[in-house]
Amino acid sequence: MKIIYLDNAATTPTSPEVVKAMAPFWSEKYGNPGSLHAKGFEARAALDKAREIAGNRLNCAASEIIFTGSGTESANLALFGFCRKNRQKGNHIITQRTEHHAVLDSCAALEKEGYSVTYLDVDKHGLVCKEQLERAIRKETILITIMYANNEIGTVQDIRGLAETARKHNVVFHTDACQAGGSLDIDVKNLGVDLMTLNGSKIYGPKGTGLLYVRSGIKIQPVIYGGGQENGLRSGTENVAGVVGFATALELAQKEREKESKRLAALRDYLISKVLKEISRTYLNGHPTQRLPNNASFTILDVEGESMILRLSEKGICASTGSACTSRSLEPSHVLQAIGLPKEVAHGSLRFSLGKGTTKADIDYTVKELKRIVEELRKISPIKINESVMKGR
Amino acid sequence: MEKSNCGWAYSDIVKEHFLNPRNFVRDEREVAGADGTGMMGSPACGDVMKMWIWVKDGKIIDCKWMTFGCASAIASTSMLSEMAKGLKIEDALRITPKQIAEKLGGLPAIKIHCSVLGDQALRAAVKDYEARKNGKAK
Repeated sequence: MKIIYLDNAATTPTSPEVVKAMAPFWSEKYGNPGSLHAKGFEARAALDKAREIAGNRLNCAASEIIFTGSGTESANLALFGFCRKNRQKGNHIITQRTEHHAVLDSCAALEKEGYSVTYLDVDKHGLVCKEQLERAIRKETILITIMYANNEIGTVQDIRGLAETARKHNVVFHTDACQAGGSLDIDVKNLGVDLMTLNGSKIYGPKGTGLLYVRSGIKIQPVIYGGGQENGLRSGTENVAGVVGFATALELAQKEREKESKRLAALRDYLISKVLKEISRTYLNGHPTQRLPNNASFTILDVEGESMILRLSEKGICASTGSACTSRSLEPSHVLQAIGLPKEVAHGSLRFSLGKGTTKADIDYTVKELKRIVEELRKISPIKINESVMKGR
Repeated sequence: MEKSNCGWAYSDIVKEHFLNPRNFVRDEREVAGADGTGMMGSPACGDVMKMWIWVKDGKIIDCKWMTFGCASAIASTSMLSEMAKGLKIEDALRITPKQIAEKLGGLPAIKIHCSVLGDQALRAAVKDYEARKNGKAK
């Protein structure tokens, strides 16, 4: 059966160019970049080059990039590393409710260490309000952390504006840009951010790779201690193959960004309009225009998400849901609740995230199968949600 | 949504009953003459199960259902309807959630509540049947 992979927000396949770039670093150029001999120098050169490439793509100095093992690790390093180091300046952090758990759970852990956290509400599209952010800033505020683009509903925040507000009040600004690396502007000077998290596995790079941009002059402390790699901020022998692959992926993604984003946005809009038109009682989650070019997230009334994705999977279609039934907690996703969806409809969410390989034919097939599946599941569903709960959406 | 870790962590029997459910109601008109009906769960919690029974001489001669919920919720009600059909009422009431889960070849721990809900819906249908019967007797 042909697989139609529409879960690129979960992870992307590693592109052949990336695999090729990584190939020499397993058994041939295997040295430890810390070693003072030919094999070490060879590895060090590759690591330096990768850092240079990443720096160019982010428009920052190579020395401002710390390679890590994942986006989650980068976000942890940004939050714990910065807050612990700057405790004497204040203990207040501002974030918002639809962040990834890498940020939210780090915030919760920091609260236990004595920090105080403000969680900003978002509007029905998932956007943070700049004025509300400004009002939340206190004299003890040391860090604002707001994601660039949401992984579930695709809403893109006005990071420039939010970072500007932070700067105005002398507060350091971190953004989790994991979903943005493939399709949005990641120029840190343009964005005006102080800390930025990215990872490789969402941009056709290898899994187990991430980076944290730390603007020169911003002081953080490590979370992982040991051999002092990555400027003493992330110990552990460098993942040379991974870093090379990540840098290659970043370069490819940013080179193709404009063209590919345009193509994806057109396909996304086609998918959205087709679902909303052909399947009754469906709604778009997230912002109608200010959204990732590859994200289409829906609420489908009277059916449950896990049932939909498992039936889609039987037809070769890979999608994702924010339904409780796929989580550990039996609670529907915090993001869908934050945008105000009542629980009874949040269970019926469905996310398609398009990718390099997605075609119009894939979308046609997906909508055809989805329509049939939703009709079947609605037939055996004893509930009919009153559409008034979706008023204004 | 990052947590789409369900996959086919389910048994082949669950999968079979989820993809090809037995005894479900396609059209509410089918259940017009049912002797008892029960509904359990809530849309906010993500599962709602409704069961209808037809009873003759103290035996459940037919059992149909509708379910809003995940794969294991649908499979649990489908399996339960098969188990209950043909049983004397007192025997049907002896079915436990554990037996439903076992018949399904096991359920992931987090999904056990699905079999509990199905069981409760059947009990509610029996209670409704008995209430109607007693009502008539008066």
